[in-house]
Amino acid sequence: MEKSAVFKGKLLPYLLLVPQLVITLVFFYWPASQAVWQSFLREDAFGLNSEFIGLENYQALLAQPEYYKAMATTVVFSSLVAALSLSIALLFATQADKNLKAAPTFKVMMIWPYAVAPAVAGVLWLFIFHPSLGTMARPLRLMGFNWNPMLNGNHAMALVVMAAVWKQIAYNFLFFLAGLQAIPRSVLEAGAIDGAGPYRRFWTITFPLLSPTTFFLLVVNVVYVFFDTFGIIDAVTGGGPAGATTTMVYKVYADGRLGGDLGGSAAQSVILMVIVIALTAIQFRYVERKVQY
Amino acid sequence: MVEHRRWNDILAYAILTFGVFIVVFPVYVALIASTHDAATVVNGNMPMLPGSHTLENYYRAIFIGGSRASREPVGHMLMNSFVMAMGIALGKIVISILSAYAVVYFRFPFRQTAFWIIFVTLMLPVEVRIYPTYKVIADLKMLDTYAGLILPLIASATGTLLFRQFFMTIPDELLEASRIDGAGPFRFFKDTLLPLSVTTMAALFVIQFIYGWNQYLWPLLITTQESMQTIVTGIKKMLTTTDELAEWQLAMATAILAMLPPVAVVVFMQRLFVRGLVETEK
Amino acid sequence: MIRPKFALATLFASTLALASPAHAVTEIQWWHAMTGGNNDIVNKLAADFNASQSDYKVVPTFKGSYPDTMNAGIAAFRAGTAPHILQVFEVGTATMMSAKGAVKPVYQLMKDAGEPFDPNNYLPAITGYYSTSKGEMLSFPFNSSSMVMWVNLDALKKANIAEIPKTWPEVFEGAKKLKAAGYATCGFSNAWATWANIEQFSAWHNVPIGTKANGLDGFDTELKFNSPLHVKHLQTLIELQKDKTYDYSGRANASESRFGSGECPLFMTSSGYYATAKGTAKFAFTSVPMPYYPDVTGAPQNSIIGGASLWVMGGKKPDEYKGIAKFFSFLSDTDRQAKLHQESGYLPITKAAYEKTKADGFYDKNPILQTPLKELTNKEPTENSRGLRFGNMVQLRDIWSEEIEAALGGQKTAQQALDTAVSRGNAMLRTFEKTAK
Repeated sequence: MEKSAVFKGKLLPYLLLVPQLVITLVFFYWPASQAVWQSFLREDAFGLNSEFIGLENYQALLAQPEYYKAMATTVVFSSLVAALSLSIALLFATQADKNLKAAPTFKVMMIWPYAVAPAVAGVLWLFIFHPSLGTMARPLRLMGFNWNPMLNGNHAMALVVMAAVWKQIAYNFLFFLAGLQAIPRSVLEAGAIDGAGPYRRFWTITFPLLSPTTFFLLVVNVVYVFFDTFGIIDAVTGGGPAGATTTMVYKVYADGRLGGDLGGSAAQSVILMVIVIALTAIQFRYVERKVQY
Repeated sequence: MVEHRRWNDILAYAILTFGVFIVVFPVYVALIASTHDAATVVNGNMPMLPGSHTLENYYRAIFIGGSRASREPVGHMLMNSFVMAMGIALGKIVISILSAYAVVYFRFPFRQTAFWIIFVTLMLPVEVRIYPTYKVIADLKMLDTYAGLILPLIASATGTLLFRQFFMTIPDELLEASRIDGAGPFRFFKDTLLPLSVTTMAALFVIQFIYGWNQYLWPLLITTQESMQTIVTGIKKMLTTTDELAEWQLAMATAILAMLPPVAVVVFMQRLFVRGLVETEK
Repeated sequence: MIRPKFALATLFASTLALASPAHAVTEIQWWHAMTGGNNDIVNKLAADFNASQSDYKVVPTFKGSYPDTMNAGIAAFRAGTAPHILQVFEVGTATMMSAKGAVKPVYQLMKDAGEPFDPNNYLPAITGYYSTSKGEMLSFPFNSSSMVMWVNLDALKKANIAEIPKTWPEVFEGAKKLKAAGYATCGFSNAWATWANIEQFSAWHNVPIGTKANGLDGFDTELKFNSPLHVKHLQTLIELQKDKTYDYSGRANASESRFGSGECPLFMTSSGYYATAKGTAKFAFTSVPMPYYPDVTGAPQNSIIGGASLWVMGGKKPDEYKGIAKFFSFLSDTDRQAKLHQESGYLPITKAAYEKTKADGFYDKNPILQTPLKELTNKEPTENSRGLRFGNMVQLRDIWSEEIEAALGGQKTAQQALDTAVSRGNAMLRTFEKTAK
């Protein structure tokens, strides 16, 4: 769609665009191209000498079992967070949608964790489940459960998943509630008249009608896990133990730290960029469809 | 609807109350921890009711900082976070409303190109190009500056898209009417477009303020001076760099302080927040 | 109406005098990573130096943990805002050494500044670490320490352990008794996962960490710490971890508080923990040399140092370098070194300070402080115990820690974990060798 009535100015539109274009070029395109360039270089920590080595960084990266492990960790982490936060949020949203008087209050009580920084959320959960001083660690121990996120990769993963889910429920809840409220009551009442119980009504009518929202949220959640959970991981586990919570983004950071392997880190950046562009493309194909819907 | 209305409601209340409990629990524990002294907190058996060190802990966190580690007090970190969040929110609003205005209301060569140059940034958050961006900031001598904290984070297309979307919904008649009044692009922007965009701007502001306030990786990398630290990065450093008893009670007080401003924004500007979330769709 | 005017003029003049002193003071930025009691010591040293003369002003700034501080230094160098003095932990030594142009070697600094300086005055066990093979001192040792075992004496009493365990088998046995006596979550433990179980362990038992004298003789070194002895030790820890007779305490030293809080009664960490232990532990404690396996011939050998040294960054003004040189001379002063040593628990860096402390009878009253010195000088150092210098050591330690964690977490056997740690480490060393040539 285009506006039919427009101004003609020659210079003005360019002037209006200048601030954003300059910032985008300097802080987006320049670094992005630097990432590509750096991925072909070998450089020391201080940037004193660098050498062009072609695809060596990529070869080294793809020969590293740890890189595939980080990929697998990312997939596991994303699936767990998306599945849990979506289903929990959906449960709460369906309850809040039942014409309750207190629904607006519950809504406020549910959505504020969105505003808590991931790193802060991580610190909160770390504190509760800290092996030696956590409020929940003692009951776990008393039940004979050997809770040890410092050594047990699954425990560490559980901890970061909990923190990440806790934070993401808010967002999902909000969109599910909006989605549910958009479903015409008449459709559901028609189902009820046909004799379908609430459980069946949900799975045969509500859930399919919610599917665009669910799909949209799925993509958003995956992107969230990819990038926004960095703070949680860094605050809670530092990627450990034994790399059990090192996601791809965390590895980009960890490998480049102290100038250790800037080339390898840049190569990972480039691969991530490709993945994200693919993900976004999927999202946009969906958005397009939603417009036609 | 029809059947078992009452039981259904009770079940709903029960589930939602449980949900709120889950959501509130970690923050409650943090709040409690911030009212006890260090020894009570670290012995692993902290009571679930407030202690008597509230004032002392918050006073120390805000004005003094962690003990003996020459930590920056939280008061200063709050200030840095505020400047950063405001800078990002306002900066993004300004640059994107201008560029959206240009893209929607003008016809000029390379209009599509310009739009796509901006649009592509939507796909790549700063995390994927973190070290190269860091290097650019270092080359520009912007490490440890507010500009360095803010500028790379406003290089994205969300705002532009949002305003473009909104401008498209404004009827063409408005432009024609103001043209008949003899208004040029400046007056049309100032007198017609800006007043209409207030809600959209406010919604974007809320979302971007939270986004800016909660940044972690970027400030972690580019601030090496204590005095430039933001509160979100400060908490973690409070816990990891100490080789004496970690001062969890101060860290928790700091965590509470760190979440207060953005949470307040969400709670008190709920309508704008929801609108911002739905319209930017991230 | 002359008086007020005159008064105003005087005030004006004196303000002016205050604003522009007779000569400008040269500021020297010092970035460091010292927390707790040692942070106070750093600030006091700077204040004393600033009070002792009026040309230079040393400004210490705390930059976070050791890696944070090093990271900040590298970042600042790339941005052209490096501090004058950067405290770098010993594992960063190879990275700093290979950064020619980014740093100014200390021997050069002292020569240029015309400051009296004789490397022979310093303890070779320490300076050897920070010098070239020709004996040229590259960085100035500041806080050196070694690893010791801290012992909670009250806990031993409670568990009816009469003698402080000396060997590993005795430690294992003691830890079991301690666990039974109520230390349920941690019989013994250690901070610095790899420093304890790989680096110090190897030197103390006179087995190599890597070839080429652990990298001191060249960057073309290869790792060797997957020997049967290493495997046996790690395998034992894996077994003991299962019921928390041993309990892992992480990669760095944030967990040192587990000793001070009384949770872990036997705890291996840096001798530099002294200042903090003194301040936090509410029980009788002492430190003893690290345990060893008595069936290994020659064990115990000697320990190696850890801690950090001060690197002088490149590209500064001659006058600033002069000030830094003066500050280093100030730090080397015998009385000051002796006092620093006695207060902080870090090692004295000059021979004279060591002799003085001994002559004063200080060690008779504070045997804790002599423990690391005894360890370091236990025997004449061998190829395996002179020290170590590996490129990208920070990342190497991360890799090794990951593998140790995998082993202790039960995902790998000790043999598998150490084999992978060695092969992954070697790959990283080859990369460093290429960048550092």
